[in-house]
Amino acid sequence: MYELNYDLQICEQCETCDCLVNCQYLDFDLKSAKIEKQNILMGRDSKVLDECVTCYACEEYCPNDNHPFYLIVERQEEKGILPAPAPITKQQIIMMQPRGTITPAQVRPPVINMCYFPMLTGCIRGKLYEGASYIVGSDIFCNVMWLHFAKNSIIRERLPRMIDNIWSHYLRDSGVNELVCFHDECFGTFTQLATAFGIDVPFKSIHLFEYLSKKLDALQDQIQPVNAKVAYQRPCSNRLVPETQHWVDNIFQRIGIERVEREYDRENALCCGQVFRAHQRDELADDVQRRNLDDMQQAGANYCVFNCPACFFTLAEAVSERGIFPILMSDLCQLAFEKGT
Amino acid sequence: MQYEEILHRCFRCGYCKLPGNYIDFNCPAYLAFCFETYSPGGRMWLLRAWLDKKIETTDRFQEILFSCVNCGNCVEQCTFPKFKDQLLLAFMAGKEELVNAGKVPPAVRDCLTNYQHHGNPYGFARKKRHGWAEDLEVDRFSEHEYLFFPGDVGSYDSRGQEICRSVARLLKANGISFGIFGADEVSDGNEVNAMGETELFRYLAEENIKTFNASQVKKIITLSPHAYNAIKNDYLQFGGQYQVFHYAQILAPIIKQQTYKSDVPPMRVTYHDSCYLGRHNGEYWSARTILSSLPGIQFVEMDRNMQNALCCGGGGGNFFTDILGRGANNPARARIREAAETAAEVLAVACPLCAVVLEDAVKAERLDERIEVKEISEIANEILDKAN
Amino acid sequence: MSGVSLMKEIVEKLVKIVGAEFVSDQPEERYIYSMDPGTMPPREPDIVVIPGTSEEVRQIMILANRDEIPVVPLGAGLVLSGLSRALKGGIILDMKRMNRILEVNETSRYAVVEAGTSQGMLQAYLKKHHPNLKHSAPDAPPVATIAGNVSIHGSGHLSHAAGFHSDMLNGLEVVLPTGEVARIGSCATSPYWFSRAPLPDLAGLFLGWAGTTGVITKLAIKLYPNYKYNDVGIFVTEEAQLIPDILHRMTGTQVAEDMTTWMTPKPDWARGFLHCDINFGANTKDELIWKRNLIRASVQEYIDQKVAGFMPLPPAMKQPFLEVPARTLSRFADVRRGGGFEYVGAIMPVDLFPEAYKVGLEIADSLNVNYSLGSRIIGVNHCMMFFYAYAFNRADPADVERAQKALEETNRIVVDMGGIPWKAEAPAQKEIIRKMDPNMFDLMNRIRAVLDPKGIMNPGNWEED
Repeated sequence: MYELNYDLQICEQCETCDCLVNCQYLDFDLKSAKIEKQNILMGRDSKVLDECVTCYACEEYCPNDNHPFYLIVERQEEKGILPAPAPITKQQIIMMQPRGTITPAQVRPPVINMCYFPMLTGCIRGKLYEGASYIVGSDIFCNVMWLHFAKNSIIRERLPRMIDNIWSHYLRDSGVNELVCFHDECFGTFTQLATAFGIDVPFKSIHLFEYLSKKLDALQDQIQPVNAKVAYQRPCSNRLVPETQHWVDNIFQRIGIERVEREYDRENALCCGQVFRAHQRDELADDVQRRNLDDMQQAGANYCVFNCPACFFTLAEAVSERGIFPILMSDLCQLAFEKGT
Repeated sequence: MQYEEILHRCFRCGYCKLPGNYIDFNCPAYLAFCFETYSPGGRMWLLRAWLDKKIETTDRFQEILFSCVNCGNCVEQCTFPKFKDQLLLAFMAGKEELVNAGKVPPAVRDCLTNYQHHGNPYGFARKKRHGWAEDLEVDRFSEHEYLFFPGDVGSYDSRGQEICRSVARLLKANGISFGIFGADEVSDGNEVNAMGETELFRYLAEENIKTFNASQVKKIITLSPHAYNAIKNDYLQFGGQYQVFHYAQILAPIIKQQTYKSDVPPMRVTYHDSCYLGRHNGEYWSARTILSSLPGIQFVEMDRNMQNALCCGGGGGNFFTDILGRGANNPARARIREAAETAAEVLAVACPLCAVVLEDAVKAERLDERIEVKEISEIANEILDKAN
Repeated sequence: MSGVSLMKEIVEKLVKIVGAEFVSDQPEERYIYSMDPGTMPPREPDIVVIPGTSEEVRQIMILANRDEIPVVPLGAGLVLSGLSRALKGGIILDMKRMNRILEVNETSRYAVVEAGTSQGMLQAYLKKHHPNLKHSAPDAPPVATIAGNVSIHGSGHLSHAAGFHSDMLNGLEVVLPTGEVARIGSCATSPYWFSRAPLPDLAGLFLGWAGTTGVITKLAIKLYPNYKYNDVGIFVTEEAQLIPDILHRMTGTQVAEDMTTWMTPKPDWARGFLHCDINFGANTKDELIWKRNLIRASVQEYIDQKVAGFMPLPPAMKQPFLEVPARTLSRFADVRRGGGFEYVGAIMPVDLFPEAYKVGLEIADSLNVNYSLGSRIIGVNHCMMFFYAYAFNRADPADVERAQKALEETNRIVVDMGGIPWKAEAPAQKEIIRKMDPNMFDLMNRIRAVLDPKGIMNPGNWEED
């Protein structure tokens, strides 16, 4: 059940092997990439399976949408290759398990999916979210994080249940069929990953940035430009849905933000590094974070904008120490209405 | 007894005795008496023992219960979520039991009798409530935007009256539309409630609510943080719903925007948070905004400030009953010593009770030469007179 | 003279010494001072006194010795094992008014304090006046006294770096049961309180004796650098047998300040996992990272085998683990909505960790008590304090009894295992004596007979049946 929608032939015939050649963390030329790719395809041991940092980026690099990253994770799990130590993986699985405490509730659109970030529900306020409902909790957690832990099995086990929880406890009986995903991770789950695994999603997902862009259009006359220079920290999960990237510039343009030109942005974005720490690769995390922050600083950013709460919690302190103000995209948009108040 | 089910849940870890930075004891009664019995945890366990009839209703037991001045430090510092919210309520319930049994310290008895007979703790005539305003042009409330409520200390205490006049003058000077009720009002009852005389509190509150509602009062400015607390938080249960402000909240935005014509000599000032503004109502910034907006003020904080402020000991009726006494460990004296350590010339307060209690402490500590207690409107009036 | 009239006379004399407001023979004080938050049954004192100076303590001791009145010194009353109950009545000497911080020597890194000074007060004082220094604070609430903790061989947040708190003691001023005031350590011959060496080390006469040898009135403790940058790693495994070697390897780097383990059934994600917290600090960020890498390298073999690893904690989630003392620890008392917990803190070699852990789980399971297990490493893995904490509802006598049984059982097993219960309750002291070299116990008694000929100091402790 929930077989990965993956075409072996496409990869076998692939001439560019972008998934590995473009990798920011593993160093392959085309020849070595093809060898390793073949190893993965055939279920053999591969350096990739041992060293993949699980940044999701190859999902974006693949020109054929053939889910090279999901296959890596699939193979890792089949072969018992754990990117993180067993107790860490096991503990995380228990920590994030559904508590089964969800109860049906009426919601009204727009319904904002806050995933399992109860500490961020305060973001849903003001003009941008007027009349909005939000849903949050372990029972609606998107569970994509298990891609970092070679645990597609947990996604298969939990994600359908989460989707059903959202639908049957909140949306269906409220007559709502749209869900605004606060976090890329949920949007990517429902629109890309679920399809790849053949999991049905009975509602339509809207990316937060699309929602915000349209809201900003509607409230255009009340916007006070924020006038800030911003570095954008693109999260791993946006690699699943790169088509949403343009909304970032859209939003920035609407609220008077200059997105600084820097090396580690867009397709070349760096991971926040927290997953590397889970994989016990502190020195890699240190290096990636240092390069990323140096880059933001050199580009003259005075804000660092996040969409992913995990990236925010990981980098906020380090960003602040560089004199750059860490802020979630949603809160940045709020500034356009709260300035001077 | 209400809340008796929580008494045994106190572990007596002792965080309640300290401020958040642990620098010294911060429970006024514990500071004054030192025995564990006078700490919040000790009081919890004693109440449990009393209910279990292991302890008699002795004079000392009564003193222990009524030595709690409701400052709320224990609530602020207790490490047990939810449980902590009921600490003061349990102590007040204990006092209520003693009040209902007619077994309270004589000073408490006399004080409550005065409230009952005269509507104030002093036993002064109700008609004299207006005395503070006699030489001021203050209207009776009719269609004013605000009712100004001076409270007991502002109405009757000579120092309280000075402060009351100073605040009224500043409100008038800034064009605030307010009137008063004078003899038609009674005590706000905050201390009566804190002393556990809930029925008398209800009576006082309902009397005031009748007066307020008859004149369609919507907004109230209180002189005392104690009145602010009672009217804002406790009158609701009796149907009294108003927008309630402490005067510092009204004056802060006005003074913040003022400009000044000339420089004034520097004045080093520290500020003592009133418990009923601060811990009880989360209002820490209005007074500080006023002070930091005034020219010439060099503001310095004491080690114990805001949520961690040491109470002057004047709450919970102790202003009138003086159960904490005047010894060297009296919290007001400890507070004055702390203020003097900052090298401030002025200890600013925003509460008439704090002002009176702390001024006495300055004398007791013989620190008159080093530090003076001033209420913030007095400081503002003084500086504005010089600067304009 | 009858007992009652003798006590009345004693009260009058005590009032003359310390003032009326600091003496009580009232039922309220006698009740509250009859117990601590643990499970030991109440024992009422006759009088509670709160002295303000060493001189007052001296006069009290002369008076008590003359009339053979038991005297029990009390810090903040947080020992939990009932050591400061007046087992045979008499006077409780509440030391809290003697809380002056007398001296801080910044260069030689020591502080001289009065015996009632709390951990929190010294911590706050150093933060304000000597921000580059800190002392080793225990995980007890901040009202706990420094003297109380030192005298019971406590441990704390610098114990991996510097041993038991008694190892950090530089000197003492004590009032002997017969009323003499003695200085011990360098302060006996020098104005400086810099060490206990090179003189005969008499401090041991007052450490670990449960207050049966005298009253500490002043003490000097060592201070340590207060680092600007601090971090914590939490190393996790499911295999208890690995822990001794993990600790051995990590302590071998000697870069951490504190290492503790914790094992608890709640929350769910913690059940079955063994967590080792490693706290370390540094003067620069680079130094901090270097230390982290050293610690990590020491256990890389286990990480590579995937049998253990560091929890991935974002910076904000590390804060509770960096807080000293951890405010949330007291909350264990509310697990059963009953305001109580007590623990056996067993001092034992680190080798015994797997067995100690197994025993803890078995006892909790067999007696159905809420437990929390853990340990603190003392020195460079020289030994550990392994704790078995049990929560109880003090309003439910059956539950208190259950916890008491668990504690008794634990004490007995710990002694048999080769460990020694720390700050042992009076019954546990008897368990220890049962296993103790008789000549040591004999020596203890001979020493006490010299120091305290009338046996007035905290009688009922360190006694055979």
